[in-house]
Amino acid sequence: MKPFLQKIKDGEVFLGDGALGTMLIQRGLKAGECPDIWNIEKPGILEEIASLYIDAGSDIISANTFGGHPLKLEQYGLHDKTEIINKAGVGAIKDAIKGKAYLAASCGPSGKLLKPYGDTDPEDISEGYIRQLGALIEEGVDVVYFETMIDLAEALLGVKAAKSIAPGVPVCATMTFDLGPNGFFTVMGNSIEQTAKELESAGADVVGSNCGNGIDNMVKIAEEFKKHSDLPVLIQSNAGLPIVKDDILEYPETPDFMAERVKTLLDMGINIIGGCCGTTPEHIASFRKTIDNYR
Amino acid sequence: MDTLEKLKDNLQKGNSEQVSTLTKKAVEEKIEVRAILDDGLIAGMTVVGTKFKEHEIFLPDVLLAAKAMYAGMDILKPLMIKEGIPTVGRVVIGTVHGDLHDIGKNLVGIMLKGAGFEVIDLGRDVPAEKFIKAAVESNANIIGMSALLTTTMPVMKKVIELAKEKGVYDRVKIIVGGAPLSEEYARQIGAHAYCYDGVNAVDRVKEFVKKK
Ligand code: B1M
Repeated sequence: MKPFLQKIKDGEVFLGDGALGTMLIQRGLKAGECPDIWNIEKPGILEEIASLYIDAGSDIISANTFGGHPLKLEQYGLHDKTEIINKAGVGAIKDAIKGKAYLAASCGPSGKLLKPYGDTDPEDISEGYIRQLGALIEEGVDVVYFETMIDLAEALLGVKAAKSIAPGVPVCATMTFDLGPNGFFTVMGNSIEQTAKELESAGADVVGSNCGNGIDNMVKIAEEFKKHSDLPVLIQSNAGLPIVKDDILEYPETPDFMAERVKTLLDMGINIIGGCCGTTPEHIASFRKTIDNYR
Repeated sequence: MDTLEKLKDNLQKGNSEQVSTLTKKAVEEKIEVRAILDDGLIAGMTVVGTKFKEHEIFLPDVLLAAKAMYAGMDILKPLMIKEGIPTVGRVVIGTVHGDLHDIGKNLVGIMLKGAGFEVIDLGRDVPAEKFIKAAVESNANIIGMSALLTTTMPVMKKVIELAKEKGVYDRVKIIVGGAPLSEEYARQIGAHAYCYDGVNAVDRVKEFVKKK
């Protein structure tokens, strides 16, 4: 397989994977349970999900390490297992995707809030990412994702941590935006323009957005990223916002509905397209068709 | 600008030191504790809540304002005890099991405290049994639950069912809140009120205590 960034330079579009959390819940993950511990306890399930997405046509599969920051694991009393949990996340899917897809390390928010509005020192966030990424990179990943970030300050710490320990590993940094009367902002008040510029300065190779929105809003977010950045852009949309029906969550956007808008993302020149909460292998298979039939 | 106006203003700016100083000054000026709370701290926090909802300000501003409110409350608390200002009611509050979001719950808690309620905060990721146990042991009038995840909303229903089972349901009022909830959902699960923000929670809870 070509080096990750070379593929983008050559104008090829990557298809990411779909939801992981939603799939784990369907397979018995309970509210309040740490999803990342399944890397050790139920690696077979992660391998199964990775295979489903590969069969659907994904070019990138992300490891189940979204909550692998030691400060996040600490909330479950699992911070001592940071290295084992993160390594096992890569180990669980490595064989299934070998030669078929790129493997992405997934890093989410630490779950702590930075000073002065929160109680956490930036050094503790950085050190945690270095610890998590050290394990992930040692185990062997092709690319690092920072995803569902809501505080640009924390995302910047993450990107810098990644670049400090492994300057050669590509970093994709994506944040979650809310639409308000004045446009799209993260809940911490970061605009898309500010996000794009500062992530680039910190060393991100790819910028963009995931989670928090259905695909129509994501198309608008993508437009704004293209306006403010020359970096490649990654977009992973939710299948709409969840509706609760008899205690079960339903995401309203169908594979066809989303795939239709994937065309618009391709028109704009978005480089990596995938799904977030509520998207399934069926969604990814539809995206695959759209991408393959494009042009 | 008089002291209370300044207090309200500095609370909105999240200026803890100034809020602390101005609260002391208001006490020295012999302004009633109730007025310092209502027309200073709570008035400021109400504006913050509205501006946050309208995206005029963002979460860091809200968090800083909440810190400032704590700074002011720290000064008023001993006075409230000394003056024997009676607590209006007792509220057991927490974020439900499986949910670690506590920013909204903390804001509601601080607004209730400001309004004169005794607040027993169980924290986040609170098991159903703990809500009921705490309510019984403290003889609370209100149980308040917060949930921010669509996956943890159903846990509220469990707590309410347990409250019915343990015979607590008829003795307390149960309020619920959190971004993914709705009036409709609250009714479905048998909550007595849905509250869309801290100010609203204070209003609803006051109604309940008055009716008693
Ligand atoms: C008792 O009576 C009452 C009465 C009124 C009550 C009440 C109780 N409780 C609330 N109210 C009401 O009054 C309050 C004051 O006005 C209001 O409270 P709110 O809490 O609504 O409002 C607060 C003042 C501000 N709002 C918030 O504090 C929530 C903000 C967002 C950005 C958010 C945050 C900050 C966090 N998160 Co999370 N997070 C999101 C949120 C997205 C967003 N933009 O809203 C949301 C809620 N998160 C989500 C998710 C999925 C998650 N989060 C997670 C983690 C986190 C952080 C730890 C990083 C952090 C929480 C920090 C903390 N200590 O609370 C994970 C779950 C962890 C867990 N098990 O709980 C994780 C699963 C993973 C992730 N994507 O990061 C999404 C939920 C989707 C859904 N509907 O199910 C989400 C909407 C983000 C998104 N766009 O997808 C009212 O609702």
